[in-house]
Formats: sequence, C-alpha cells, structure tokens
Amino acid sequence: MIALAVLKRLAMALATLAGVAVVVFLLLRVVPGDPISMMISPGASEADIAALRAHYGLDGGLLTQFGIWAASALRGDFGVSISLHRDVVQVLGERLPATLELAIAALEFAVVLGGFVAVVGAMARRTALESVIDAVNGLFLAVPDFVWALALVLTFGVLLPVLPLTGRLDPSVSSGMITPFYWAESLLRLRFDVFADLTQHLTMPVLSLGLPLAAVIARVLKGALNEAMAQDYILLARLKGMSKLRLVLQEALRNAIGPTLALTGVQFTFLIGGTVIVERIFAYPGIGNMAIDAVINRDLPLIQGLVLVFAVIFIAINIAVDLLVVLFNPKLRHG
Amino acid sequence: MARTPSATAEPLQLPPVAPVAGPSLAMRRLRAVLAEPKVTLGGGFILLLLAIAIVAPWIAPKNPLDQDLMLASLPPAGLAGAEPGYLLGTDTLGRDVLSRLIFGSRVALTVAFVAASLAALIGTTLGLLAGWYRGWVDIAVSRLVDVWMAFPPVLLSILLVAVLGAGIGSVILAIAIIDWTRFCRVVRAETMAQAESEYVTAARAIGFPRFHILVREILPNIAPALLALVSLEMGIAVIVEAILSFVGLSVSSGTPTWGGMIAEGRQFIHQSWWVLAAPLAALFATVLAFNQLGEGLRRALDPVLRR
Amino acid sequence: MTAPILRIQHLSAVSDLEGGAPILRRVNLELAPGEALGLVGESGAGKSTIAKALLGVLPRTVRLTEGEITFDGKNLRTLPPKALRQIFGDEIALIPQDPLTALNPGRRIELQLTDGLRMRRKLPWREARARALQLLAEVHINDPERVMRAYPHQLSGGMRQRVLIAAAFALEPKMIVADEPTTALDVTVQKQILRLIRGLQEAHGTAVIFVTHDLGVVAQICDRVTLLFSGAVIESGSTEEVLGTPKHPYTRALIAAGPRYDRPGAGLQPVPEAVIAQLRADVAATDGRPGA
Repeated sequence: MIALAVLKRLAMALATLAGVAVVVFLLLRVVPGDPISMMISPGASEADIAALRAHYGLDGGLLTQFGIWAASALRGDFGVSISLHRDVVQVLGERLPATLELAIAALEFAVVLGGFVAVVGAMARRTALESVIDAVNGLFLAVPDFVWALALVLTFGVLLPVLPLTGRLDPSVSSGMITPFYWAESLLRLRFDVFADLTQHLTMPVLSLGLPLAAVIARVLKGALNEAMAQDYILLARLKGMSKLRLVLQEALRNAIGPTLALTGVQFTFLIGGTVIVERIFAYPGIGNMAIDAVINRDLPLIQGLVLVFAVIFIAINIAVDLLVVLFNPKLRHG
Repeated sequence: MARTPSATAEPLQLPPVAPVAGPSLAMRRLRAVLAEPKVTLGGGFILLLLAIAIVAPWIAPKNPLDQDLMLASLPPAGLAGAEPGYLLGTDTLGRDVLSRLIFGSRVALTVAFVAASLAALIGTTLGLLAGWYRGWVDIAVSRLVDVWMAFPPVLLSILLVAVLGAGIGSVILAIAIIDWTRFCRVVRAETMAQAESEYVTAARAIGFPRFHILVREILPNIAPALLALVSLEMGIAVIVEAILSFVGLSVSSGTPTWGGMIAEGRQFIHQSWWVLAAPLAALFATVLAFNQLGEGLRRALDPVLRR
Repeated sequence: MTAPILRIQHLSAVSDLEGGAPILRRVNLELAPGEALGLVGESGAGKSTIAKALLGVLPRTVRLTEGEITFDGKNLRTLPPKALRQIFGDEIALIPQDPLTALNPGRRIELQLTDGLRMRRKLPWREARARALQLLAEVHINDPERVMRAYPHQLSGGMRQRVLIAAAFALEPKMIVADEPTTALDVTVQKQILRLIRGLQEAHGTAVIFVTHDLGVVAQICDRVTLLFSGAVIESGSTEEVLGTPKHPYTRALIAAGPRYDRPGAGLQPVPEAVIAQLRADVAATDGRPGA
C-alpha cells in the first residue's frame, strides 16, 4: 500500500522534472542573443564556429539538441558552462553547498523562532500579549525576503555597522576547509574562528529568508495549537495535574505539528526560491547568485543545470514533507 | 454554557423566507468590507498612492531625470548639508529622490494592477475549467501547475524577462506567466467544492447549460476569495518588479523605478544611504497596504470567517 | 446517614457573556460516600455548570456568586489554588462525554493511562504500567497488552470509553463526575458502559454524579436523583420516589416524555408548554430576575 503510493509519487516527480527540463529548454532556445557569437574571436572561421556550437551542444535542430542534452543529462553530464568554461556539474558541486547551508540555517532559525512564538501565543490565549503577537506576526507575514534583506543591509550594514555586508567568509580568515560545507565542517573541526566569521556572514541572509517563514510557522502552528487546546483530552490532562506549558508541549504540540508541517514544506520551497535574490543582495557565493549571472551571460548549459537542481530540491522537499506528515500522524502511520 | 430554552417551549420561529426590502447582497457585502479597518487603511493608502501616481508631473518638486553633479548626494532635510527644496535629498547623479520616488509609483502601480489582473485572468480561467470539467482538462492543468511550482519564481521571472527583452510589458507578462498558478490552485479547489453544493445540483436539475452554471452561478461565489487574492498578488507584483529593476532587467534606466533606485542605493550605500532608504520605505508601505487590503477583504467577504 | 462526601449549598452562578444572566439559582445538593446521584436536566439547565465547578474547570465567563461547595469537609470555594489542584483530578475524577475527543490522538493509551499514576502518585514506570493493566482488566478489556500499545484511533468508541473509565478510577478518587458518559455511544454499548460504571462504583465505594438528560440512565443506575430546570433544583430524592411518585408537574411531564422501555413504540411526548411556562414563572420569581 504505502510502497505503491511512494512509487506513484516518485513517478509523478520524474514527470514533473521532465516537464521542467522541456520548458526550460524551449525557453532558452528563444532567448535573443546568440551566446556563441558573443564569445568567438574576430578571426574565427565558419568551421571554428561550428565546432564551438557542437562543443556546447547548440548545433542541429531543436529536437536533436534536446535529445543530445537530455541523453547526457541522464548520464549526469550537464555540459560545459559558456561563461565559466568549466563543467556545469563541477561548478554546481562547489556552489550548491553554500546555498544549502544558507537555506537550512534559515529553516532552523524559522522553526525555532516560529515555534517559540506559536507556543507563547497559545499560552497567552485571549490576553493582550496574544493581540500584540498577532499584530507583529502579521507585519512579518506581509513583508517578503527582498525587503527584509535590504532593510537589514541598511540597518546593520550602514547605520549600525556590526555585520559584514557581503560574501560568505572573510578573505583574511584562512579557512582550510576540505568540504564545501564550511559551516558544518568548521563546527565539527572546532574551528571556532571560521565558524564565527561564517555565522556573521550568514546572519543577515538567514534573517531575510527566515523571518517571513517564521511568521508563517508561527501563525499556522498557533492556530493548530489553539484548536488542539480546545479538545477534551486537554481538559483531562489538566485534571491529571499538568502545567499549562506541559499541556501545550506534551499534549497539544504533537497533534499540531502535522498540519503545520504540510504548509511549512511549501513555504520552505519559497524560501529556497528566495535565495536567488537574497544571495544576490549579499553577494553570497551560492547557486542563486550564480543563476542571475548565468541568465545575464546567456549561459544556456549552466541555466539548464541550475533550474534542474532547483526543481529537484523543490520536489524532494515536497516528497519529504509528505513522508514526515505521515510519520507525525499515528492514524496514517498505522493504517 | 448556552442557555438555550427548550425547543418545545418556544413558539416556532421560522426564518424569513425572502429578505424583506433589505439591502441587496452587494450592498451588504460592501458595508461589511468598509467596516473592516484593514480594508480602509490598506485601501486608503493604495488610493492615495494611485492619486500621487496620476498627478505625479504636477506634484513632483523637480524633474526626476534632471541631473546636477553639483548637487549630488545631498542628504534629506534635517541632516547636515541638506539643501532646501530637496526634501529627501539627491542621489549620486544629483537627481531629486522625492521626485523619483513619486514617478516610481507609476511603474509600480501599473505593474501591480495590470500584472495581477492578467495573472488572475489566466489562473481563474484554467482553474474554473479544471475544477468544473475535471477529467483530462484537470489532469493537464494540474500537471502544468506542478511543473510551474518546481521553478524558483524569481529565477523564472529573470529568465522570462531575459527571453522577452527588458521593458515594462515584459515585466508584466513575466509576472502573469509565473503567478497564474496562485489563482489556478485556489479557483480549482473552490470550483470543485462549489460544484458539489446544493445550488449547483439544483441549477443542473433545472437544466441550465453547464457553461452558464459555471459563469453565472459558480464564478460569483468564488469572486470574493478571488478579489482578496488579486490584492495580495498586486503586492507580490510590486515586489517582483522591484526585484527585476534591482537586477537591471525591468524598464529602461531612464524611467525612475523603486527597484532601480534601490539598486543604485545599494551600490552607493556608504555615500548616500537615503537613496536606498526612501524607495525601500515606499516598497514596504505599498506591500503592507496591498497585503492588509487583501487580508481585510478575505475577512470581510468570507462567510465562514465573518459572523 | 453518614457525613456526605459532597454538599452544595445555595450555589449561584451568572454568565458574564449574557450580561450577568443567572445560570445557577441557589442550588442545594448532597451526596453520600459511595452513592450514585443523577443530575438531570435539559441542556442549559445548569447541570454541566455544576459538573465543571466540581472539577475546577469553569469557563472564565461563568462566575460563582454565592453559596458553598463542601467536598470531604473542605470548602472548595475558599481553598487556595494549590490545595485545589490536589483535589481536582485526584480526589474528584472525570469520565468525559465524548470518548472520541477525550483521548489524545497522538499518544499511546499506555502513556495516557499511566500519566496520573506517574505524576500524581509518583509511581515508577513499571508499577504504573502494572496498575494500568490491572485497571484495563477491571473494565473488561480482554487484551490489555494490545490496548496499551494502541493509539486511540485503533480502538472503538466503546473501548475508548472503557479506557477513560479505567483512567478515572486509576487514582481511587472519592468521587467521580460522569458527564453524559454514554450519549456519544452506540445504543447497544450504552447499557454495558452504564453497568460497568455501576459495578466499579460499588466495588470501589466511589461516589458518582451522573450528569445526564436521560431519565432512563437514572432509572438504571442511580440511587438518588436531582432534577434541574433553568438553574434551579425542581425536585430531589431517591430514584424510586422521584420516578415512582413524582411531585412536580415538570417531572411528571418529563417521565411521560421519555422513551418508555416498557412500551416500545409509544413515541416521545413533548413536555406541555403550559408546564414550561409555569415553571419559568416560578423559577424567575425565586430570585426576582426576569426568566430565561
């Protein structure tokens, strides 16, 4: 039963991925501006140009081009970046970890902050504090990452300059990190100087991405907690002598997590989509920032690879969330 | 504990069969909407902004394009070095920030209204068709939505504008092409729910044509939810336009836009922070206003949330 | 008669939601240890307000204005909160109305059944578990081990109510408030559950207050019955007295209105309006306020 559902889900995911690949491929073939003509030197012969086209998989008809690209993509070969003259997979491998660390840090921040606000809000039900929480939360819900990022730049970059404005790691800090997951590695290797510098660089991007998500989590979780708190089992638990905090954390929270998770998953994909512009603003060396350059440079192989990576991440998150929802709901877990 | 008296004890009270010379549904809805403070505050701000955008040439203190390097990077009034007549200071080319801000509202609102309407039109049409006819139409539309949702929206918008070429038309089109899914998903679900309801069954039993039921019966019932979504989408459109301007892909650099100002301000942030602060504040207020308007509309028009 | 375990004297309450409308009007009530009392009335008669007051879970909008609740010699209205927490849920337990919402869907039965034993009695896990198994056997659950491991949704409504009954008796309370314990259940299960509660009550010597609108329930298992209308006590006495020779016209009308187990198919007769109207006037006259 469950295995069948999972298989069906995976098949749908593959179909979606194929759809994304087709759409982006078609889209890029109508981009005005020939990337090859931009990169050839004045004295190049027709033969040279043709060879160059073939090298980047840009010769032949539309269908042939797609066939060649899809066949190599299936083999894990996304071609060579036109602007960077390097293997796309290799470039992605270097940049993706930076984005993942940023996104996961923002998610952690949002879950902790949003969860805390929701629990406080549920405990302060029908008090002045709850109205204050709701009002502030509404503000954070309305304002997107782009505006937060710039507001933070203005506040902590200029008016109160305590945080570095751009980059991932200060060049003066010699990292000596082996993996591209600097943040995790520096912590594991107890390189606290590196860790502190990375954290400082991460703070503003994480806040920009995490604050709107925290607001969503706070609102949804608080609503679910309030609903759970109105149930009879809470009354019985209260009679068992549980404190209010324990009622919320032990009795209500487990039943409120499921509905919250489903929505958080969708919002987390929005967060990852948001890394594109937030990385740009903070010149953070992830795949989002690179994606904008790739578009500006008409770097077709790189754009294709990037879009597919994003699509895979989005779909993976959705599947993971579906599984987590089942895991957190005993009704679904035990047939 | 509700102190409801025994049903047997009370004389039977029947609800009035027809509204007796009361205000029409539209009137009652309008009243409910205007009674919602979020609507009046958010909507009021948008109306004010709209008025400013329309009369921009007459109220802007300076020509937004006039450069004067002698007056470059003047701080806003009240700060040391400020010049009278330049309330919000000037940018690094000596252009008046306030005037550019006022003219920038034109692009922002144009994009907001046109792009959101277009996205709503596409999404609603597809959502209605998918929710009403189901079958292969639904499958096709739903698959398309799935594919669309797998794209990071900002990257897709940048990509689309790169394909369509810079300019306000491309920006509007790009936003509509990306955000129709927001409407489609809600409208599809709503249509499916409405299709199950009694009044639709009744209309079908009477023998109304299917398309007639869709347009005359179902659409009006979805309209309130749709209106709230459009307002929220306008806020999103303003942001996306600003992002595209920020990246340098929106309208030509001659036209003042908030996003363009933000990009310049970000670049020269240490010389003149106000060039960033002013359009950012405008963006913040506008997005918040659209959002509050949408929230308020949803609250006022949703029969479940009301009461 | 031995000293009562519970005595309610002149208890009055108002609702702040309805502008101070009276909910209880000088209610008097008495319950001997080990006795079963039926608290009967239509919805809004004040029976759940009394039940909630006995468990300290009155909504904030309901205020007690006068009177005393004396439980086991202690006045519950003047006791400090800490002492009250010792009583509510420990010496006074609850069997809730709806077994579907009264068990936490996310926690195994074992946890929920041993909560009180572990938290209130400080029993170690192993002992709490053994006691819980014993309790499940007492409520006639055949495979207690399976039920202990189960989540609520894996049990039927009747099974869940048995679990809740077991939980109510777990701490050996002196009194149990059973809030319409069978209304949410299948008719065929109702009788079993009532007999179960009665049996346990007699075995443990626990006083029970049955909150119900069903005189049939009272006839089956209550020693005494108190009839409420619009927050006032209409009639009170032993079950035989009240059901056999009812004094008040409302009681007579109610008995006539209920489904007759001896004459199936006789149908339901509404309480005559004249009786209700007279009752309203009487009740309103007692406290000088306009009636409901």
